[in-house]
Amino acid sequence: MQDAVLTKFLLRHPSVLVFLGMLAVFTIAVTILSEGFGMGIVSTSLVKTLGKTLCLALAAIAMDLVWGYCGILSLGHFAFFGLGGYMIGMWLMYARTELIVLKANAASALPLTPQELSDAVGVQIFGVVGGSEFPVIWAFSDSLLLQLLLVVLVPGILALVFGWLAFRSRVTGVYLSILTQAMTLALALYLFQNDSGLRGNNGLSGLQNLPGLEETSQADVSLWFFWGSAFALGFCYVIAKLIVESKLGNVIRAIRDDESRVRFLGYNVEGYKLFVFVITALMAAIAGAIYYPQAGIINPAELAPIASIYLAVWVAIGGRGRLYGAVIGAIFVSLLSSFFTGGQIPNIPLGFYTIQWVDWWLVLLGLSFVLATLYAPKGLGGLVDKFKKA
Amino acid sequence: MSSLLNVNGISVSFDGFKAINDLSFEIGENELRAIIGPNGAGKSTFMDIVTGKTRPDAGDVVWGEKNLSLIKKSESDIARLGIGRKFQRPTVFEDQTVEDNLMMALRNDRTPFAVLFYTFSNDDKQKVVELAESIGLSEEIGRTAGELSHGQKQWLEIGMLLAQEPRLLLVDEPAAGMTKQERNKTVELLKEMAKHHAVVVVEHDMEFIRDLDCKVTVLHEGSVLAEGSLEQVIENQDVIDVYLGR
Repeated sequence: MQDAVLTKFLLRHPSVLVFLGMLAVFTIAVTILSEGFGMGIVSTSLVKTLGKTLCLALAAIAMDLVWGYCGILSLGHFAFFGLGGYMIGMWLMYARTELIVLKANAASALPLTPQELSDAVGVQIFGVVGGSEFPVIWAFSDSLLLQLLLVVLVPGILALVFGWLAFRSRVTGVYLSILTQAMTLALALYLFQNDSGLRGNNGLSGLQNLPGLEETSQADVSLWFFWGSAFALGFCYVIAKLIVESKLGNVIRAIRDDESRVRFLGYNVEGYKLFVFVITALMAAIAGAIYYPQAGIINPAELAPIASIYLAVWVAIGGRGRLYGAVIGAIFVSLLSSFFTGGQIPNIPLGFYTIQWVDWWLVLLGLSFVLATLYAPKGLGGLVDKFKKA
Repeated sequence: MSSLLNVNGISVSFDGFKAINDLSFEIGENELRAIIGPNGAGKSTFMDIVTGKTRPDAGDVVWGEKNLSLIKKSESDIARLGIGRKFQRPTVFEDQTVEDNLMMALRNDRTPFAVLFYTFSNDDKQKVVELAESIGLSEEIGRTAGELSHGQKQWLEIGMLLAQEPRLLLVDEPAAGMTKQERNKTVELLKEMAKHHAVVVVEHDMEFIRDLDCKVTVLHEGSVLAEGSLEQVIENQDVIDVYLGR
């Protein structure tokens, strides 16, 4: 029965198959060309960049769902992304440090007592912020399973509480955007503090090393995470598509266009907004939890409000309200961004002034955002429409 | 006739201005009623209060056989209890098809999870087809609502109201901006609706009220000035003084 429903859904929306097919071909191609598999044409660092880009595309899908479909311009979804990263980072850092400490003490005659072990690990992790005690929030950091649960629980509950308060008070439009931005900023500022329990501005590092798998090369690890990223993107794309093509999709688009009319139809608008806000926060959190082990480091600067604004820019450039537009926007802009800021393009000396792309890229991005908003409100995805019509 | 909606002595003021002043109003099952009054008489505010958009400072709004107070209820709760509202300017979801507009309005479970897993059954499809027929939009069922003419949008909105299967319909200036033909059709539609629903029509257009041929309530400065048949109220000296005489 379930299968039949899914088959019908896929037949009715062939674009899903096209998307999944392209994602699969891309994943296989990168795998074959990677160092981990043998060909070595695609370097390990490029595999990581591509994997990270897929995670950003997933965050952009979440953004499109909440903004493009439901009309909530959230400037806080990158905070959920970052929180997901922190939650998995805590386990990675704890488990690996514990192994290192155990190894260092393997030669000593007496095995470490649990207290000594905990202290030694604490010194290793919190030495940089002048502490050695484990804060309460690290209570579950020795359990992968519990931290994985926290990846969804912490951002999920934050989104639920914040969304409930904001939507219940009927905060909408630009005021809601400002409120979400304030939440993001407050969270980032809190994390910057040394006594936040998450190592202040040092953040969590060494996340690319999987505990117990020191022998495995990064070439292999990078591929695993790349596959994980591709799977998460494909899976969440199907979920998002199921949502927007259901009657709930009709209702949230109606909320975007005329919220009070939906109320008079008898729909509890606040409940729907909360539902979409939380679901998309979870998607962003999952994306973050796969992203940061590939990035290797997470610090509070990642959660800065500008990151969430980028998310909105990607979706706007890619085209709102079409899911794949968000994916195109995120991939296109973030790859172009790392291209321009990665020093691959030579700076242009004009004699009196040198155009440095690291600085000028932002100007270029801002300009293309303005141009896209003014002249191509459908974004890059609008090109697909033209192609379809032709 | 037992009353369906009973409004008892409501008052509301905005920044000191009394928009509604000790207003009482009653409407029975399957009754057609017109509300007229000059600009600022409180017609729209009255509708806002009944549908839960505005909370009155005093008074009570009582609904149905169980004498439920609507004062503390949200817009969506009131809509689900059976009060439908049509706005002055046509508000349909322009981005979506006529079919989707009607499908969303159908009386079904409105909790998010039920809506997420909803399947558009043959029964519901049949209902949508019949509704589209009754509002004269059978041909337009697959079109995007934004492409419809002004009059067609008004009818679609009425169709969406009917799909909600309400017991009371509040209709705000349905004939505004309509051609003579469209207006006649709207009169027929409203009269047909009043056979199975209580309908309250707010309207400026005297011609239109005359065609509706129903009991009329005249509002002035937030309270009822006169009530009765159109002939009675237009001969009422108070009404002539404040409204018609000028």
